[in-house]
Amino acid sequence: MPERPPPLNAVPVRHPGRWVAVAVLAVLAAMLVHSVLTNDGFRWPVVGQYLFSGPVLNGLKNTLLLTVLSMVIGIVGGILLAIMRLSPNPILSWVAALYIWVFRGTPLIAQLLFWNFLSALYPRLSLGVPFGPELVSFDTNVLINQFAACLLGLGLNEAAYMAEIVRGGIASVDHGQTEAAGALGMSRAQTLRRIVLPQAMRVIIPPTGNETISMLKTSSLVVVIGYFELLTSVQRIYSTNFQTIPLLIVAALWYLALTSVLSVGQGFIERRYGRGLATGPPGPSLLGFLRREKATT
Amino acid sequence: MTPMVEALAIHKRFGSTEVLRGVDLVVGPGAVSCVIGPSGSGKSTLLRCINHLERIDSGSLRVDGHLVGYRERGGKLYEMRESEVAQQRRDIGMVFQRFNLFPHKTALENVMEAPLVVRRHARGKARDRAVELLDRVGLADRRDNYPAQLSGGQQQRVAIARALAMDPRLMLFDEPTSALDPELVGEVLDVMRGLAREGMTMVVVTHEMGFAREVGDDLVFMDEGVIVEQGDPREVLAAPRHERTKAFLSKVL
Repeated sequence: MPERPPPLNAVPVRHPGRWVAVAVLAVLAAMLVHSVLTNDGFRWPVVGQYLFSGPVLNGLKNTLLLTVLSMVIGIVGGILLAIMRLSPNPILSWVAALYIWVFRGTPLIAQLLFWNFLSALYPRLSLGVPFGPELVSFDTNVLINQFAACLLGLGLNEAAYMAEIVRGGIASVDHGQTEAAGALGMSRAQTLRRIVLPQAMRVIIPPTGNETISMLKTSSLVVVIGYFELLTSVQRIYSTNFQTIPLLIVAALWYLALTSVLSVGQGFIERRYGRGLATGPPGPSLLGFLRREKATT
Repeated sequence: MTPMVEALAIHKRFGSTEVLRGVDLVVGPGAVSCVIGPSGSGKSTLLRCINHLERIDSGSLRVDGHLVGYRERGGKLYEMRESEVAQQRRDIGMVFQRFNLFPHKTALENVMEAPLVVRRHARGKARDRAVELLDRVGLADRRDNYPAQLSGGQQQRVAIARALAMDPRLMLFDEPTSALDPELVGEVLDVMRGLAREGMTMVVVTHEMGFAREVGDDLVFMDEGVIVEQGDPREVLAAPRHERTKAFLSKVL
């Protein structure tokens, strides 16, 4: 083996500022933890009592159900709208633009109320020949029950936002990719599905994670049409027993737990779609921050 | 014998700039035609018109006897549907200056993609063929690498294999070595030389005069949207007749 040259012997740059910051933060954190544990107002036993109680878990189930289903509607709808928006067919593009304008431009609460009170406008919904005979007819209130109104309100609103996210992702893919696929004889649909969308995913996923986490909490707006989920459940409990703070902590803990699970899932999906693209870790790690930066090979 | 490429009086404008101003070009089967010229002379645009990545504004353009992008019936021209254009492009391979490999797929997957999706070949068959093609461009050991893990020259060779996987009758090269470090140019030209030897019809937009001299059957010098001079590469390069050709060659040789 050839003899290695002796390693460079230099005193590394010191970072005293970092240690000062760590000390200050450690003291502040200790004060916070101390006060949280010693202040009786938090009523930790009450938190423990309600954390896994029936009504809370029931609300949690609805929060999960609403979030998952509305995001499915939002993502599928968003992809369709984005494709329409980018279509060379001007009618499709214009219709998608109109949809996005309406659904982003009006308050979600108003949209939820609209779907809930649709029966006031159209008492019956029917399928049939336009301006001709009806084939089947439904009572609007039966077809669009409270749960369906929640899904329509949250999902269709989300689709408008997702459409813009997907459109941005598609636009981020180099035009050369479309040309190369076209030159190989791939159709526009094949190019979109196999070449453009998989690459757009890298740009689409982080904001979609944001939207999903935001939906966890936005779904609590369904209270305006009398439906219930996690936050509504704890509100119902503390409005009778007045344990406001502990019950809000119960809700907060569940939201944090769900958000953590989603963040892990997001990281997993991001790695899946990062294949072939040299992506390093998202940022400096906490330990690396304190340790001296080692020269990486 | 039907020429592989037959372009007559091609005009193409982008907005108010006329990029091609009456170009005639005939490339016989098995011939290698090299197109040179200063940037902005319209040589890349001409190449892109041949597989309908750009549509011509006037003139007629045929590949293997068939109009590109149009159908003629009863003396009338009908624009082709997108699916028909896609079908035409299957038989025309294109290699880009910036490679344009699919970054989310390995070298092998890049080469397999079009046979799988467009020709609907069975996976095993597409794979065998892709392995063979990667071997041919000297990248047998790189098949599981992603484009980002390959050098420019290796990426361009994968791109050539990807185009060959569709068994094209005509190969278009758009400055295939212009984005490469000088020491990587040779490996790509070697592959192209091999293709020419096997009788592939090729239209090559290039700045590699050595390649044109050695491999080209025909050299086309373009400037400002027209073909200024055309002929046997050795003659044109040794004794250009036109002033503009002389001026250009004196700068690049």
